[in-house]
Amino acid sequence: MSATLHHEPSPAQRARAAHRRRQTVLSVLIAAASTAAVGTLLAIAVTGAPGWNRVRESFLDPEIARDALPRVLTGLWLNVRLLVCCAIGALLLGLLIAVLRTLRGPVFFPIRALAAGYTYTFRGLPLIIVLYVLTLGVPGLRLQGMPPVLVLGGLALVLTYGGYLAEVFRAGIESVHPSQLAAARSLGLTYRQTMRHVVLPQAVRRVAPPLLNDVVALQKDVGLVSLAGPIDAVRAAQIATAQTFNYTPYIVAGVLFVLLAIPLIAVTDQVTLRAARRQSGG
Amino acid sequence: MALLRCRGLRKEFGGQVVLDGLDLTVAEHQVVALIGASGSGKSTLLRCVNLLEELHDGTIELDGEEISAPGVDPDKVRRRIGMVFQSYNLFPHLSVLDNITLAPRRVHRRSRTEAEARARELLDRVGLGAKANAYPDRLSGGQQQRVAIVRALANSPRLLLLDEVTSALDPELVGEVLTMIRDLKADGMTMVLATHEMGFARDVADQVCFLDGGRVVEHGPPEQLFGEPTQPRTRQFLARIIEAGRL
Ligand SMILES: Nc1ncnc2c1ncn2[C@@H]1O[C@H](COP(=O)(O)OP(=O)(O)OP(=O)(O)O)[C@@H](O)[C@H]1O
Ligand SMILES: [Mg+2]
Repeated sequence: MSATLHHEPSPAQRARAAHRRRQTVLSVLIAAASTAAVGTLLAIAVTGAPGWNRVRESFLDPEIARDALPRVLTGLWLNVRLLVCCAIGALLLGLLIAVLRTLRGPVFFPIRALAAGYTYTFRGLPLIIVLYVLTLGVPGLRLQGMPPVLVLGGLALVLTYGGYLAEVFRAGIESVHPSQLAAARSLGLTYRQTMRHVVLPQAVRRVAPPLLNDVVALQKDVGLVSLAGPIDAVRAAQIATAQTFNYTPYIVAGVLFVLLAIPLIAVTDQVTLRAARRQSGG
Repeated sequence: MALLRCRGLRKEFGGQVVLDGLDLTVAEHQVVALIGASGSGKSTLLRCVNLLEELHDGTIELDGEEISAPGVDPDKVRRRIGMVFQSYNLFPHLSVLDNITLAPRRVHRRSRTEAEARARELLDRVGLGAKANAYPDRLSGGQQQRVAIVRALANSPRLLLLDEVTSALDPELVGEVLTMIRDLKADGMTMVLATHEMGFARDVADQVCFLDGGRVVEHGPPEQLFGEPTQPRTRQFLARIIEAGRL
């Protein structure tokens, strides 16, 4: 092996590299110019619209935005806490259900059937209905030690999203080739060890992008608990709107949601990209 | 004494009888090569011995203990039998070192230090010491297959089953794997190997078994089986192989 690491590029290679650099600069310039053009056109179209002044007053009032911000932020803090708890809960529940559904043998039939029944039910049920049943119906039972509405609402989210995530995990588990199981079992690993050390790590890696995608969706749905009372960002904006007869607080909440989603979406894209690169064997 | 003794093995796949009362005996330190046409049941036999397939009849004894008996824990049996597959089946999410130490650590409860020291020793012996931290997709086919063999050896098996371990390899990579198997034979490892490489079977095997119709039709030392086969079906098979230029 005498391959040298230090290599003087030939004139042909230097010319190629220079050409590639020029091309890169050119495409950046073109992209910038076209973005500016489209942006300008859009701005003219919107601000030139006949109703623009009315819309600006009722949706983009800076003073009202400043007033509403603290309350919307307080609501958003609830969204964030709910999101973290529910995402963890739904991921764990989904993983558990997916693993239960892979169990073979007649002994496990009831467990398998229950797990399958769960995914069918909660993927079919609209989230709002689960939410109402749990937050309005269940407290009506007046049982001892009833958890607060917020916890019940979170539970509704976990149950609904757990059903979706279970199917994503199951797709991942089934995508691991049977020869991997054979290899693990041939080494003397038990079924559980095979799952834990061989199948699940590969499965989770493969389905990480769709899992994260569902977490992004969950982030938008956690606000629905406000239907049962707790005040989230959207509900806070709604209250502020009702007081001022101005819709600006909604825009504030919307911007905050997007800001909150950006890191999550960026991570998702990153993971997707890495997975794609791994798939192509690069 | 026989290390492995199969008696009257029967295996069906949806009505198709693949093993039909097959008998096979392997003495300790012996290397037995299974040859036969594609679909003759070589892989199925190896998988049955490793209890990866459910038997439909017959018994399998390892070290005089019936491992096919009801109530025997297959996981415990597999710890004593190593198996290497045609397509390597390394775990892609684990480094070479973790592939090798997985079973010693999880199954045999060795400490990480101890398992890794032994893994490195085995890797060094086959010239792959520098690849310990690489991931399988960064290795050539021949390197992957040698890692797979090391992985099976890390369990210190009594018996090693090799299923066409060179057929997925480019011709120039076959040699390094065959050399490794020859070295194992020199160390006294008992092996059963399914192969399409008659030259290798002749070279390394103490016994060659010709499988056809779900049974061992003929078996014997390579000189005898390849030189003066007694069964017409063996002769036919070998004639076809010679015709194809593979002997
Ligand atoms: N899981 C399975 N389900 C159904 N049929 C199977 C299964 N595994 C093997 N068979 C069938 O059993 C027969 C024997 O297969 P086996 O893989 O043991 O042959 P082989 O001798 O190893 O062949 P090759 O030399 O091509 O590897 C084949 O006809 C195959 O189609
Ligand atoms: Mg085979």
